[in-house]
Amino acid sequence: MQHEELSTLEVSFNQLIDTLLLKKAAIEEFTVKLNSERSQFTRFNHAKVRQTGIVADGWIDLTLMQDQHSSFRQIPFTGNWEIDWQVTYKALQELRAELPLLPLDPYLVLPSATNTSREIHTGNLLLEEAVVPEVLESVAELDFTGFYAGGTVVNAYADSNGQKHWFATDSFTLDYSIFNTAGQAVKGIFAGSDWHQQAYKTKIQEAKTQLELLARPVKQLPRGQYRTYFAPAAVADLLMMLSWGGTSEADLQQGNSALAVLSRGEKQLSSKFNLKENFQLGTVPRFNEWGEMAALELPIITQGILVNTLINSRTAKEYQKTANGANSYESLRAPEVSSGSLEFDQILPSLDTGLYVSNLHYLNWSDRPTGRITGMTRYACFWVENGEIIAPIDNLRFDDSLYRFWSENLVDFTNFQEFIPEVGTYEGRQLGGSMVPGMLVEDFTYTL
Amino acid sequence: MWSELTKAIANINLPADWLGIRVVKDTSAHHAVRDGLPQRNGKSVTTGAMLEVMVDGCIGYAATNSLQLMSLQNAAKKAYQQALTAKQWWIHPFQATSERPKMVGEYVSPFIEPLNSLSAGEINHLLVRICQSLKVSEQIVKTTAGANTGERETWFVSSNGSEVYQKFLFLSTHYGAIAQDGAIVQQRTNNGWEANYFQGGMELLQPDNLWQRVQRIGEEAIELLAAEECPTTRTNLVLAPDQMMLQIHESVGHPLELDRILGDERNYAGGSFVNKSDFGVLVYGSPLMNITFDPTVSGESASYGYDDTGAIATREYLIKEGVLLRGLGSLESQKRAGVPGVACARACSWNRPAIDRMANLNLEPGKASFEEIIADIEHGVYMDSNRSWSIDDRRYKFQFGCEYAKLIENGKLTKTLRNPNYRATTPEFWHSLTKVGNSSTWEMYGTPYCGKGEPNQAIWVGHGSPVCLFANVEVFGGGA
Repeated sequence: MQHEELSTLEVSFNQLIDTLLLKKAAIEEFTVKLNSERSQFTRFNHAKVRQTGIVADGWIDLTLMQDQHSSFRQIPFTGNWEIDWQVTYKALQELRAELPLLPLDPYLVLPSATNTSREIHTGNLLLEEAVVPEVLESVAELDFTGFYAGGTVVNAYADSNGQKHWFATDSFTLDYSIFNTAGQAVKGIFAGSDWHQQAYKTKIQEAKTQLELLARPVKQLPRGQYRTYFAPAAVADLLMMLSWGGTSEADLQQGNSALAVLSRGEKQLSSKFNLKENFQLGTVPRFNEWGEMAALELPIITQGILVNTLINSRTAKEYQKTANGANSYESLRAPEVSSGSLEFDQILPSLDTGLYVSNLHYLNWSDRPTGRITGMTRYACFWVENGEIIAPIDNLRFDDSLYRFWSENLVDFTNFQEFIPEVGTYEGRQLGGSMVPGMLVEDFTYTL
Repeated sequence: MWSELTKAIANINLPADWLGIRVVKDTSAHHAVRDGLPQRNGKSVTTGAMLEVMVDGCIGYAATNSLQLMSLQNAAKKAYQQALTAKQWWIHPFQATSERPKMVGEYVSPFIEPLNSLSAGEINHLLVRICQSLKVSEQIVKTTAGANTGERETWFVSSNGSEVYQKFLFLSTHYGAIAQDGAIVQQRTNNGWEANYFQGGMELLQPDNLWQRVQRIGEEAIELLAAEECPTTRTNLVLAPDQMMLQIHESVGHPLELDRILGDERNYAGGSFVNKSDFGVLVYGSPLMNITFDPTVSGESASYGYDDTGAIATREYLIKEGVLLRGLGSLESQKRAGVPGVACARACSWNRPAIDRMANLNLEPGKASFEEIIADIEHGVYMDSNRSWSIDDRRYKFQFGCEYAKLIENGKLTKTLRNPNYRATTPEFWHSLTKVGNSSTWEMYGTPYCGKGEPNQAIWVGHGSPVCLFANVEVFGGGA
């Protein structure tokens, strides 16, 4: 998005809020959340372009509150004041008519804080016409498949209490896989705010080296328990399960959390396991749907003990807790798992004999109350004997509990972390990611 | 809308082979209640246009949420530039005459009661009552009830004369309860998470058996607390239609998508264990297996007249008597793969390009009644309502879990079982299909959450199936 267009969006958003403040009745409160993006999406297969295009999108969520009633309207936001105000005013009128019909909400949270923030992160992204040649020229001879998503994303918030936040960032992700003729693949993500062609070429060169290891005959492993090293991308997949019935205080209260056992003190995780929310990287906004700012850091699990859950203002009101700036889903937004002591060059010797797992796929709770997760290994995963990579494996299904692999079976984390960027684009381009180390685990259970 | 779009087509002057505009206006209402208290109420409206431009067989796209003529013209230019830039690297040359043929037509969802025939207040009141009725015991620690409605209109016009209008009406309901007794927690919902997703009007909100069903869901959540764990064994597995929905979706639908087989999806959702050369040859399952792509079923969630490129939608057998005949592939994928497909180029909204999707995928009824299926089983497990799902990127090794199960002993349903799961590989499983229930056991469900594509898209699909019996399947229970 060009600077002028971004500026127009901000001016239009501010004008919308100012007008809503003028139009609102004394007993009404409102919040407005904005999501907007200008993105290039280019999909590759066999080092060719499969689909390519540009998306200009934006919408606001207007929530109106009065007398313990609340309702919302999600409507388009184009940046054209005349169009946007017409749609917004119609939504406001609809909400006014609807509110009295709705049941009372005793836990309704009214905007009360007085936070403001404004962050604009500009980058050096590829020009639209440069994306295809810059990505493909380095991989022309490879079976390269992947997806480039780049452009500007805006998240903003304002409310009737005068809070206002504006977060705009230029960013890109190139999420790719390179396959060999046997169907084995190396996975990579190249992401950031500035495209560096040489860094990209280096990543591709590294992938080519890994691809050579995949050329060996595939080893079929029987189901069983294997000592396993999980690379950081695989750890990130396991970690994100905690955003789905894990770290949420509401889920804990409502019988829906895998961490209930931990919360009740019936089980403990390894003292090597430390998890916190860490917004220091600045890749995602710290404000939530109520305009509240999360602390820069919030420890969640410290030395295996659940020290905090994610609590939003609504949950806090219902269960008499103290809110800590969590979002409406009480999900992890900037998670970081602390590093351990396993050095990079000691990964294979420490693994000795077992599995080197680069990525995981399609995780789900197989029994949430007991913390059991099932899923698949994916991409470059290897059988290792006596500290040496022997062969790529045929993908295996696992089914194991976090009360085993993050508890008594956890051997160590690596002494380095990697940032695993969020590459999701459902509804819009997601921001942020996880900061995680690799992980060595004893007796991980594979079932198929 | 037609006049604006026709005007736009006439006022976009680009040296392109073909130009198409697909406008979507989608209005959906959301109502959610937990423990009798309102959680979320509101309405979402999204409107925008997807412009596709074909240049020398290469397609670029641009999407905008502004329908002003100038915005459409700018989007067309951007789409043109995208096509031009990619031309040298384009995967396969397309032709307007074959991949974007002229089509004129209309489709409108069937309905009896308009979606606005009940107010948001009346719907919330009903949901509060459902929550109250679900709480049959103090051991119920959470009750939820929700209803969503949707009205989606699409207009598709093109430079070669296509004019397709479609209007879809959707209604989905969901309710469930969580029961807890110390460390034991069990969930029971109405056919699994948001499985009751259909086309139609407000008449779908309160089916005749609503209150009996609500009562039963609450009682079964309590019943599961004291139930035995599902045994770990190999045995006969009987699946209810609400679990067959997931089974068909994951282990038949996705592997038959031609874009997966062509490799487009390998970096995200994955490829397929099926190859192009398998069509017409591969014995996918037992001779009792008959799978249709059927966008003509009245009220099923993914019925439509035309796909999002204007291709006319017809009922087709994908698998007949166990043999793989046809793929789930659009006109583009069919041309690239040289494999017969169906009208399934679908996009979740105006801001995403169409890709190969499932729509309605159904297992056709067989001959056995439910009683006959159970009566012939000496030992087995009956499972219903999906709870957990996971399958590999080639759609080969899967593990699925259900909310509720019954042990089958000597031709009778006996004890209730909790935490039922099963796992298998796709070919092994479908070859073990031993009995297919008759039309009295056939039920259809749907979900709005089928995820796929880059950029990601969640789209609605429908699946109908009878009760089915699979022999010698690995089943097991829960626990750490």
